[in-house]
Parts: sequence; structure tokens; C-alpha cells
Amino acid sequence: MEKISIPIDRLGEAYEKMITIRKAEEAFEKVYMDGKIPGFLHLYLGEEAIASGVCMNLKRSDYVTSTHRGHGHFIAKGSDIKKIAAEIMGKETGLCKGRGGSMHMIDVENGLYGSTGIVGGGFPPAVGLGLAAKYKKTGQVSVCFFGDGAVNEGTFHEAINLAAIWSLPIIFICENNLYAQSAPQEYHQKVKDISKRAEGYGIEGETVDGMDIFQIYKASRDAVERARKGFGPTLLECKTYLFTGHYVGDPRNYRYKKEMEYYKNERDCIKIFEEKVLNEKLITKDELMEIERKVERTVDEAIRFAEESSMPDRSEVMKDVY
Amino acid sequence: MSEERKITYAQAIKEAMVQEMQKDKDIIFIGQDISGGAGREKDGLTDTWGGSFGVSKGMSTLLGTNRVIDCPLSEAGYMGAAVSASTTGIKVISELMFNDFLWLAGDQLFNGAAKLRYLSGGTETCRLTVRTVMGGGLNAGMHHSQSLYSLAAHIPGIKVAIPSTPYDAKGMLVAAIRDEDPVIIFENKALYNVEGYVPEELYTVPLGKARIAKEGSDVTIIVMSRMLYVALEAEENLKKNGISAEIIDVRSLVPLDENVIIDSVKKTGHVVIVDEALPRCSAATDLAALVADKSIDYIDGPIKTVTSKPCPVPFSPILEKEYLPSKEDIINAVYEATNREG
Repeated sequence: MEKISIPIDRLGEAYEKMITIRKAEEAFEKVYMDGKIPGFLHLYLGEEAIASGVCMNLKRSDYVTSTHRGHGHFIAKGSDIKKIAAEIMGKETGLCKGRGGSMHMIDVENGLYGSTGIVGGGFPPAVGLGLAAKYKKTGQVSVCFFGDGAVNEGTFHEAINLAAIWSLPIIFICENNLYAQSAPQEYHQKVKDISKRAEGYGIEGETVDGMDIFQIYKASRDAVERARKGFGPTLLECKTYLFTGHYVGDPRNYRYKKEMEYYKNERDCIKIFEEKVLNEKLITKDELMEIERKVERTVDEAIRFAEESSMPDRSEVMKDVY
Repeated sequence: MSEERKITYAQAIKEAMVQEMQKDKDIIFIGQDISGGAGREKDGLTDTWGGSFGVSKGMSTLLGTNRVIDCPLSEAGYMGAAVSASTTGIKVISELMFNDFLWLAGDQLFNGAAKLRYLSGGTETCRLTVRTVMGGGLNAGMHHSQSLYSLAAHIPGIKVAIPSTPYDAKGMLVAAIRDEDPVIIFENKALYNVEGYVPEELYTVPLGKARIAKEGSDVTIIVMSRMLYVALEAEENLKKNGISAEIIDVRSLVPLDENVIIDSVKKTGHVVIVDEALPRCSAATDLAALVADKSIDYIDGPIKTVTSKPCPVPFSPILEKEYLPSKEDIINAVYEATNREG
């Protein structure tokens, strides 16, 4: 058993990814509360270790399909945070020129084949991307992020079975945050460890602590390696918790106060990382603080860029339909 | 009029369900997060959502979680279950959180529910009422803002209601629950907070009856759902310019009240159809064809349609506004339909 799965020289990168998502989401939340972001906003706060740990094992050309809670996936996979901020504010400089917004983003240049407003909408596209990679022998892998609620959609079953029978290079990453909107996991499905479902499809399955980036990094590294070697898909479940509601403004009154406090105080993936690397003297506090300051500047710049950007030209509403 | 009881469109919908379910124990109500915090009754955490827009908040407490049943994210699964359960003597109200999810639940509704009576030679029916949420204007993006009622209206065997007022929202929902055939009701999310007169007692607004929302003589403006309110604004402007518009609220696409529409068109001789949905193969084109077929000899001018633009619903507020039909669009269409200068 390796003690520290992430190479020492990449610890800063791991921290930077996680803290960038954290700071960006906090900034988006504030901007939303100030009324500068229209529509619905679903944040990734608390789940940062998953996107970060997984995407550290991916190349830019590898594929990712995302969810309605997708900002973290985009940031971790390398999307320009300025363009993300601009997109969720509906600006012309956004990833999708303001056409999509927070829930509907795409960034093909960085391998991101889209977040979606349809729960379970990312499963079949992940299969198609894996199929293309296998057919073209590119060595790419396809990563599909989804939540515990999405596992109850029919597309989960159909897609994972296709991936299994065709032995496609796909990693299904379940971000089990214990809730499907307001429905607790113990109500919406009988199985506790979603990775157990892998057996039913004849593929590899594993459950890890989704608040521990070291576990996530290792498990996803191994799954990516298997996929690249042609050994087919993996279902990797990361147990996590969402620090905010389903959407910004959700009063979370269907959750236990103790549970929310426990996760926030005891199970914060960033605190867990900091404690581990500082205790084991793998990195200094100053180094972490320097990264944090750098990230704060990046996020500030992104918000400023988005705020100062222009709205789309309304005469272009019909552009790009065909 | 001031003493009339006013409640919101959302409250009217809840009242219809509560009163009818209290009266008729054979009705169950299922959908995603319609209660919230499912399974946590003993800790007081259940019934905390009441659906995405809080419409049914309080119902599971009042009627029990055996009758107000939260579903996992399995639209095809629970909608299909609702279809078959509703053939057994119980009546089912099934909520689809957004009509954009019809692509998931659609097979069970359109290949199942809609065809059952015909398939069984008329002996079997689904006592199913689907409540779903349509419409733009809230910057909810392309997967939560579409207006898809014409898809449902295309399929024979399922009735389609699109209420615009709190009064109709209650009365048509009661009528739908009592109807022997499956009915899908498209509620407009931008109307949930609209207030209007709603009687406290149970009543029905029959499916298949249009309503003259405003009497007029120069042009007939046919509307549905939220477009009623946009047309009412346009009507005020038109009046100032000497044009008297009659506004007909279709209320129900299937069955369709052809008589009220045709009588009005024959009276005014000009017609504009306003539909928040997309322009092609739509309710608007369907109504235009009806008007042409049944009253062409009475019409003096083009049959105009005002719809959203044929593109996905854009997120950016400035684009979504451009996408949706506006008061100005209606006014311009009226000028064209009546061959007048704006």
C-alpha cells in the first residue's frame, strides 16, 4: 500500500485545483446572491477532491461528460475560469457565448463534452466518446461524472452495459453526496455502496472516500491505466457531501443539522489535505498560502473579466442553429 | 369584485389536488421531490420541498406519504408506473418536474397511456393526470425552459390542457383528475405567482372549452398559457390606436374548442395566433390551418402567427428576451393582419 499516492511534486497542483474550485464557487455564490447571475446555480462546494483527483490523471485530450453541477469538472479539466465565470453570467465571452449558462456548458478544446440540465444525460455520450477512442485507437479515455441520484435513471444501466460489453475505455465516477435533490440516498435506492453495481455489469468497481484526494487519485489512476490498456470500464464511487444545497437558495431543511456540521467541520476535503501534507511535512504552510493567494487573484480576475464583459448581441439569437 | 377571494396560480393548483384528494380516497399523487426529505417523517424533515416550485408543500403532511409519494430520478420508470396504476381503479396525478423531461418519460405516455383505450377496443382507460412545468422567462436555460405542449397534442389519445389563470388552473386540474382519459397539464412556471379569483369550493372548467378573455371587434388574437398576459398588454396599446382586439384563450389544445375560435374570427375578419412554443409544426400552425380551413372566406388579411424563435432557449437574459414573443411582436402582427400601418 503506497503511503502517498500523489507524487510529491504534484501536491501543489492538487491543492491548486481543489482550492480554485472552492474559491471560484464561493465567488459565484456571492455574485449570484448579488443578483448578477440569472437562473439556477448548482455549486460543487465540498466535492472538490473528486474532480481534482480524477482530472490529475487525465490528459487534455481525454474526454469528460459532466452534470448540472459541473463547474468543478470544468475547472479541474482545464477550462479557462474566466470563460466559465462569463458563461454563468450570460456573457458573450463565456465558454458558450452565454447561450448555455451554468448548467449547459461545453468546452471541446479541453475534452469537456458538456454539462447538462438532464440528470443522467451524460452517460450515453460518455459511451460514444469511449467507442470513438477505441475505434480510432487514440489511447484516450472517457470519464463520466454523475451523482447518486442519476444511478436511478435508465441511461445509467444502458450506458454502463454498453461500455462493459464493448470493453470501452471509460471511467464512471459516481459522486455520491447522499442526496438526489431532496431525496436521501437511503430513500431513493436500497444499495449503499453504488460501486457494488459494477458486479452486475461484469466490470471493475470500487468505493473510495470522496473527501480524500489521495484515495481518489490512486483509484482513478489505476482505472485510467486499465482503460488505456484495453481492460475496459470501471465504476468508481466517491463518497462525498455537498456543503451547499441542491441549488443556491435551497434551505436544506430536509437534512440533519448534525450531518451538515459534521461534514463541514470534520470532513472538508481541503482541510483533510492540508492536515495530511503539513503533518507529514510534504509541503510548507507558506507554500500552501502562496498557492491560495495566487488562486484568489485568478478568481478575482475571472469575476472582474466576466462582470466587465458584454452581453451577447441580441440580433445573433438565431446564429448557429444549423 | 374586491371581495372575491384571490390566490395564486400555484395555490390554486395545490387547492385543487388537496380538495379532490380529500374527497376521493382513490387518488394518489407521485413525482420527484413533491414532498421532499422522503423517508424522514419521524425526524420532521419530510415535506420540506413541495416540488421544485413549492406548489405541493404541505400535501404529504396533510394526506400522508402513502398518497403523496416521492420518486427517485427515474422519469420513465415512475411515469410508466403511473400509467398502469391508473388503469386499476385508482386515479394517479403524476408530476414531471419540467416538461423538458418528456423526452425521458415520453415513451410510457405516448406509446402507453395515449394508446390504451384504442388498443383495448375502448374497454380500458388511464385515469392519469400528468402535471408538468413549461415556459421561459426565468433564465433557466435550454433544458428547463421549453414549451412542449404541441408534442403531446400531436399524439391522439391524450388530452392537453394549458391553463393561463388561477381560476382555470384549479378548475381544469379538477376536470383532468375526474376525466376518464389521460390528461397532461402544462403549467407555466412564470405564472405560479400570478394572483386571481378562485372559488374556495371545488368546481370544474371543462376540458375543450376556450374562453373569450377580452371582447373586441377588429382582430382575433388567439393565445395560450402566459401569452394571454402579453396579449392583454398589447391589446391596451392597440386600443389607444383605435384597434379593438378580441382575445381568445384556447385553454385546452386537446380537445380543441373550434367553435369559439371560428366564431370570433368570422366576427373580426382578422387573426393573430400567439404561442410561446416554436414556430414549426406547432399549436400555432395547427390553429392557423384550422382558421384557414373553416373561415377563409371571412378573413381579410394574412393569418399571422407570433411564436418564439426557432432555436434552443438561450440562457443569457438578453437573448432569452429576444427569443420569446413580445408585446411589440403581437402589435406588429396585428398591424400586418389588419393591413394597417403601425
